[in-house]
Amino acid sequence: MDVFVKIMAFIAATVVQGTPLLFGAVGEIITEKSGNLNLGIPGIMYIGGISGIIGGYLYEHFCAEPIPILCVIISLLASLVGSAFIAFIYSFLTITLKANQNVVGLALTTLGVGLGNFYGGSLLKFFGEDGSISLYITGNAYKTKIPFLSDHLGIFGETFFSFGFLVYLAIFIAILSQWIINRTRVGLNLRAIGENPATADAAGINVSLYKYVATCVGGAIAGLGGLYFVMDYTTGAWTNNGFGDRGWLAIAIVIFALWKPRSAILSSYIFGGLYIASVFISGLSGSTKELIKMLPYLVTIIVLVFTSSRKKREHQPPAALGQSYFREER
Amino acid sequence: MRNNHKTHKEPLVYITKRGELPKLKAMMIKAIVILVGILFCALVTILLTSENPLKVFKAMFTGSFGSPRKVWNLFQASAILLGISLAVTPAFKMRFWNTGAEGQVLIGMLATITCMFYIGDALPSWLLIIVSLFASIIAGAVWAGIPGYFKAIWNTNETLFTLMMNYVAAQLVSLLIMYWVPSGSMVLGLVNSSTQNGWFPTIFGQKYLLNIIIVALLTAAVYVYLKKSKQGYEIAVVGESENTARYIGINVKKVIIRTVLISGALCGVMGWILAAGTDHSINSSAVGGNGFTAIMVSWMSKFNPITMIFSSILVCFLQKGAGEIASNLGLNSSVGEVLTGIMILFIVSSDFFVNYSIHFRKKERKEKQE
Repeated sequence: MDVFVKIMAFIAATVVQGTPLLFGAVGEIITEKSGNLNLGIPGIMYIGGISGIIGGYLYEHFCAEPIPILCVIISLLASLVGSAFIAFIYSFLTITLKANQNVVGLALTTLGVGLGNFYGGSLLKFFGEDGSISLYITGNAYKTKIPFLSDHLGIFGETFFSFGFLVYLAIFIAILSQWIINRTRVGLNLRAIGENPATADAAGINVSLYKYVATCVGGAIAGLGGLYFVMDYTTGAWTNNGFGDRGWLAIAIVIFALWKPRSAILSSYIFGGLYIASVFISGLSGSTKELIKMLPYLVTIIVLVFTSSRKKREHQPPAALGQSYFREER
Repeated sequence: MRNNHKTHKEPLVYITKRGELPKLKAMMIKAIVILVGILFCALVTILLTSENPLKVFKAMFTGSFGSPRKVWNLFQASAILLGISLAVTPAFKMRFWNTGAEGQVLIGMLATITCMFYIGDALPSWLLIIVSLFASIIAGAVWAGIPGYFKAIWNTNETLFTLMMNYVAAQLVSLLIMYWVPSGSMVLGLVNSSTQNGWFPTIFGQKYLLNIIIVALLTAAVYVYLKKSKQGYEIAVVGESENTARYIGINVKKVIIRTVLISGALCGVMGWILAAGTDHSINSSAVGGNGFTAIMVSWMSKFNPITMIFSSILVCFLQKGAGEIASNLGLNSSVGEVLTGIMILFIVSSDFFVNYSIHFRKKERKEKQE
């Protein structure tokens, strides 16, 4: 029974670790489907987290008796707007100004991580307070469990229904975007642009509009990953660089999931599990733990090499990934 | 059908590609954009700190040039950034998006530290330095060569591959530190701190002078290699169009693998300089993002080694200066990253105004048509 409890605890931890990755991966998949390789996702996830923190802090700070549900709504909106704005900068520079996607993405990661750590470290100073940010009211509001299911189903309820709502939102968004990409006209157009923007343009699709919308929506979704991390995982507390390299892991999942949002769900949990596995397996030496942490990246590389050698069409990255499109260039 | 009845208006704004601009005009456009970028940075700093901008700029200068030690630190940091930028350039010029410089430099560092750790006492210091140089070159070349090989044979996406290799390298470093430091503190102190075996010698009383000299030599070498050698020309052709390259009889696969190996080897050299000349130790984030910043420096310098000297000094100046502002005003040191990010975005977007011209809809033309 003890082992069973431990396994259940591991599954729960896996989901907690996997959720930020899932948001990031789905956001990046939507972005990449439009042909934009946004390497700014790690920065955008920091921005998503810090924007939520700022929104929540301002509300908690200026309101005498903060209402939890409003805390959630305000920080959620702040997070969405913040990360969509950074994604918009990316879109403007790469789509309209046709700058190099890799360089813009990396610069935005530098900028985003910098802004996140800057505000995380100095927000309280601006308002003349000391210490570090901790938004318990907002954080606990995010952690609210599903009322009935979490405490009436024994250990299964505790394992599967005791998460904050963002965990379920992540799964929902992944399934929804899979449906939109594969089953609707909008998704078809989006995929066409990612494969061959010139052909899509000739077919009368507004290439720039699609790219803008896909990148901004993708960025906003990815930002939710940062929000989940700071609000739910750390209960409203910010630590500089606390989010770590999870943003890059999210980009790895995009490859591992072969650009399919639905596969990203399981992939994210697998990667989340690998991220946390070394804590749960007792009796490991320090170096074995490091070896386990290396696994997600190694597995991603193997998948990348394997899919490129098989050349199966449905497993390839979008053909025009990483290239700017200019109508008059042939 | 519906569309046919719509009167077609000329779009409000449209963009056309420019022909080659005269160099002076192109530079003017860039200078203006960079100036706007600096003003924007100033604005951001004022908004963040609400200080007098002149005071802020003065603080930036004292942060970089305030004392001889600070000047040396600035040049040392710029030399490292410049070196890594040079290292990624050959691959970049070939349109091989090597985002793995961070890992290639780190693995080069690891090779040097491993040499210092295991054979540090067996060899005289000068021989150890040379042995570790070769070890670093091989390590860097292998780390870049693996993605390069798969790019050449199966067209595997190199951006994502090299990106992942960074983290494998970082974990490998953590793993070996775990192995070397039995206490589990994850901190490897200075290696050979008593004997200083394998450390770069101090010349003319300056600790970092040798680093700077080596990078200066590298700059010259890369400049000659890219601009004057046959291989450099082949790189340029493959970068412009693989089909053209194949048509004129260049073995594209060979050029890709060779160039990536060179790029990785240069990263390895920079790892050697970092390990033997600067840090004398290693941790999983020892390269500190320079591998990524180098990509941006290389790109915004248009792959020109001479321009890269100025770009890397500018970036390091911004980072050091912002660090000074932060410590003066009791703010977080991340201001440096923010300003660097903004500045790079401005410089990168300046290309647009050089390569394209913008036309606005004119009223007269419309009347003429009617």
